[in-house]
Amino acid sequence: MTLHDLTIVEAGARLRSGETTSADLLAAVLDRASQTEAQIHAYLTIDRAGAAEAAAKADADFADGIDHGPLHGIPMALKDNMCTRGLETTASSQILAGYVPPYDATVTTRLRDAGAVLIGKTNLDEFAMGSSTENSAYGASYNPWDIGRVPGGSSGGSAAAVAVGSALGALGSDTGGSIRQPASLTGIVGMKPTYGTVSRYGLIAFASSLDQIGPLARSVDDAAVMLEAIWGHDPLDSTSYAGEYPDLHSGMGRDVRGLRVGVVKELSGEGYEPAVEEAVATMVERLAAEGAEIVEVSLPTFDIAMSAYYLIAPAEASANLARFDGIRFGHRAEGATTNALMARTRAEGFGPEVIRRILLGTYALSAGYYDAFYGQAQKVRAAVQEDLARTYKTVDVLVSPTSPTVAFVAGDRVDDPLAMYLSDICTIPMNLSGDPGISVPISLDHQNLPIGFHVMAPSLGESVLFRVAAEVERLAEFTAKPVLQEVAG
Amino acid sequence: MTSPTANPTKYESVIGIEVHVELATKSKMFCGCAVEFGAEPNTNICPVCLGLPGALPVANAQAIEWIMEIGLALDCEVSERSIFHRKNYFYADLPKNYQISQFDIPVCHDGHLDVTVDNNTTRIRIERAHMEEDTGKSTHIGDGGRIHSAESTLLDFNRSGVPLVEIVTRPDIRSAAESRVYAQELRSVVAELGVSDARLEEGSIRFDANVSIRPEGQEELGTKVEIKNMNSFRSLERAVEYEIERQIAAVDAGRPIVMETRHWDEEAEVTHSMRIKEGSSDYRYFTEPDLVPMLMDESWVTAVREGLPELPADRLVRYQSQGLEGDLAGVMSAASTPVRSVYENAVDSGADPKSAANWLTGEVTAWLRRNDTDPTDMSLDGAQLTELLAIVDEGVVSSSAAKEVLVGVLEGEGTAREVAESRDLVQISDLSALEAAVDAVLDANPEAADNYRSGEQKVLGFLVGQVMRATQGKADPKQVNQLLRGKLAS
Amino acid sequence: MPIEIDIAHVARLARLDLPQAELDDYRSQLGAILDHAAQVQSLDGEPSTESEHPLGLVNVLRPDERRPSLDRDEVLAQAPESRDGYFVVPPAMDSE
Repeated sequence: MTLHDLTIVEAGARLRSGETTSADLLAAVLDRASQTEAQIHAYLTIDRAGAAEAAAKADADFADGIDHGPLHGIPMALKDNMCTRGLETTASSQILAGYVPPYDATVTTRLRDAGAVLIGKTNLDEFAMGSSTENSAYGASYNPWDIGRVPGGSSGGSAAAVAVGSALGALGSDTGGSIRQPASLTGIVGMKPTYGTVSRYGLIAFASSLDQIGPLARSVDDAAVMLEAIWGHDPLDSTSYAGEYPDLHSGMGRDVRGLRVGVVKELSGEGYEPAVEEAVATMVERLAAEGAEIVEVSLPTFDIAMSAYYLIAPAEASANLARFDGIRFGHRAEGATTNALMARTRAEGFGPEVIRRILLGTYALSAGYYDAFYGQAQKVRAAVQEDLARTYKTVDVLVSPTSPTVAFVAGDRVDDPLAMYLSDICTIPMNLSGDPGISVPISLDHQNLPIGFHVMAPSLGESVLFRVAAEVERLAEFTAKPVLQEVAG
Repeated sequence: MTSPTANPTKYESVIGIEVHVELATKSKMFCGCAVEFGAEPNTNICPVCLGLPGALPVANAQAIEWIMEIGLALDCEVSERSIFHRKNYFYADLPKNYQISQFDIPVCHDGHLDVTVDNNTTRIRIERAHMEEDTGKSTHIGDGGRIHSAESTLLDFNRSGVPLVEIVTRPDIRSAAESRVYAQELRSVVAELGVSDARLEEGSIRFDANVSIRPEGQEELGTKVEIKNMNSFRSLERAVEYEIERQIAAVDAGRPIVMETRHWDEEAEVTHSMRIKEGSSDYRYFTEPDLVPMLMDESWVTAVREGLPELPADRLVRYQSQGLEGDLAGVMSAASTPVRSVYENAVDSGADPKSAANWLTGEVTAWLRRNDTDPTDMSLDGAQLTELLAIVDEGVVSSSAAKEVLVGVLEGEGTAREVAESRDLVQISDLSALEAAVDAVLDANPEAADNYRSGEQKVLGFLVGQVMRATQGKADPKQVNQLLRGKLAS
Repeated sequence: MPIEIDIAHVARLARLDLPQAELDDYRSQLGAILDHAAQVQSLDGEPSTESEHPLGLVNVLRPDERRPSLDRDEVLAQAPESRDGYFVVPPAMDSE
């Protein structure tokens, strides 16, 4: 097996057995990047010097008997909305062109402390607003399974890199499905943790009450190992959970006998591709055959969850993005007064999807409209949480497709915001509730495009979540890899 | 000061005051940067207070305790549950272009501060005290340093994120003088608690006034005008006074009052229009999602309350227990901090509480008013008041002469005893000297003496007066009276 | 039900200096999205709790301790314009 195809766990074993070195792993993924970047454009920045230094350090550590754990020496990528000190961080926006943060995000620090080798920063929809990575100001990313299609978004760059082998693992962020949906479309594992378990300090905020950072990886095991390295209480984040964290590994490898699995009625039907629904239904049957108790459940609030999301997220974003004004950092336009300067800077620096959401959010919060829109959306959110609490009395986990469709053709939905937003219909409820969700690749459709299976659990229910995910992975036996046409260097 | 027109409308001025208090915490409200006055620009900054992408706020526990103290000292209710909001507006000195503040559930609400002006005490209701963060500072440079002609603006974010408590009164204040006294008293409370330097000249306490007028007897409030940029207690008083007059003149002339913000111009002594408030700005308040609610339960509030210095209500009870009765207790308790401090020190050094209180609320207050002196600047302290009371008790001066002694002390002439000497107010207490004076008067007025002996009692008054005159008022009239009776009886 | 949107006012609130043609486009896009988002008004009844932090965090406070600040040079290196330790911007008085 080529080095760039290894999982983190496999690579870790070889590092410790001496079969390979961190420098070799890095060389392999960088080589893979140079072969594939022209087609998939997963990266915005590759930090060869920094990565080489980290790989050398890792190898020296191992030689000295120092072992920081499973990520030590592993080449990994970070979505470019996570601050990396000294390394350009743009959130895929023109307004941050050339911006070099003077500090590291907490997750960046934790990865560094874990000995990971940070390859570089991956592409995203601008400010994480999108489901296809077509909204990047620096050019779209493409799906390694079919470069005429999107890899999903907003963590499309991270997903594409992991799927193709130009990173062994990557971090993404998930506000409405931005880790899980691209994972589903690129045939890898993507997981959004319980809100509050991974620090948001240093994550360029989109929607503060919805954003969570999580792993994109080649296996459920890898995702668990990455999660353990980055989660945990952070005193720099007031929304960070300080209690006891779930044990991920105790459940993995256990069977699902007796587990109650709820199939969400509302996440099916019109708009869902038949191949997707069939694949999901087949997996549900397989779980039943393994002893799981399958229950059809109805969560009526899921039908209006998306509406609530498209009021809450832009509202918070409109305030979070107000700081981009050309005053202290980033792009600055001409202006004789500060007002003119700010307004020109923002109009020039933001792309259309971002502007659309800022306008939407500003409107939803404005005088006279707050109650009907933002205020009402928060009520729907509370109702979703109640609906889930009620449902979890009768089931242990919920399942659905991760995305109603497989990867769509680039350009197909870019001019139809509503169609684009529908990509997130299965994933959004977990952002509204704060509960964890994971996408596991289960099969390919007739077009050779991956289908993802979505598992959901109550808050801090990562144990049962990973247990079911591991079983799904075992049953699916999904080993397919994307094949890119070879391109001259 | 109102224009003398025929049948002039009498107006009532209605004033509310907003105070911003910078807390003297070691670190800022939402980050660990130092709170430090006068540091080199942009040296106390971090991603949080600079509003860099990815930064998150974490609330300062000390600031929360201190705003609770302020609220309790003002007899406010402490909310059981309080949350932060984002107040959204764009301004170059506001790094996130929203301010973390509080909207409808402030930490403290519904308190009061009693304010005494010329022995009239008014209860000024405090609507709320809430927590927020301060902004950066902008310096305009260009011709003359005035905003309108500035070439560019320099920004310093050292002050950005400093904890700020905003205290808002209901429009209960009725005069410029009352505005000043309220401001001074509030400043005293805050300084006494030790939660802020509260220095107007440094900006660690700032006052804005909302002024409106209405015809006397009308319940409906007039249009209010916000006044800013008053950098001393005097200028606060003068600005409010000017604004009241301006509004009265406008209304009398038939011009409507525009709801706006005006700047006090210290040099020209006028208010200038700053900007028209189009209704109120749309701040699009929503709950701050990066912070979580604060629950201030009973035990926490009790603990904070127990750590407080004495509160006004408790002080009233204490003064009553010292023997002050009725109105005197109330007036003394509500007196300004410097005046109260004289009272406390006097009582501590043995003075009789009632006498001390009477002198302070009576003669001392009258003198301060006549001489337009701020109590903070007066030359009388507790020890001197005690001495004054002592020399009256001892008979060194008569009680009427004591008033003059007081004036001398207040004018900085020295201690009570020194002033009694230097102003020649010491009573003659030497019995033989008095006897001699009485004898001399009786010798000089044989008719009066005879008239008294034959039954005309009121002649005694005349004779006492003669002795007083002969002794230049320095005889003790009671003693003189006694001596005369004795001598006339024989 | 068509929703009324004063797009120029919203753009002003959000400090976005956009040409009229673009504003018109955004207004109709917003209208379409809001028509869909208005579904939130179809919620039956009132939820019994307010939407809060999913793990119910309260009273997250930090001790009043100083932590190191950023290096001013590193920060000002990102500033579009700076002078003598200050950020420089045009004068504040604005023409809206």
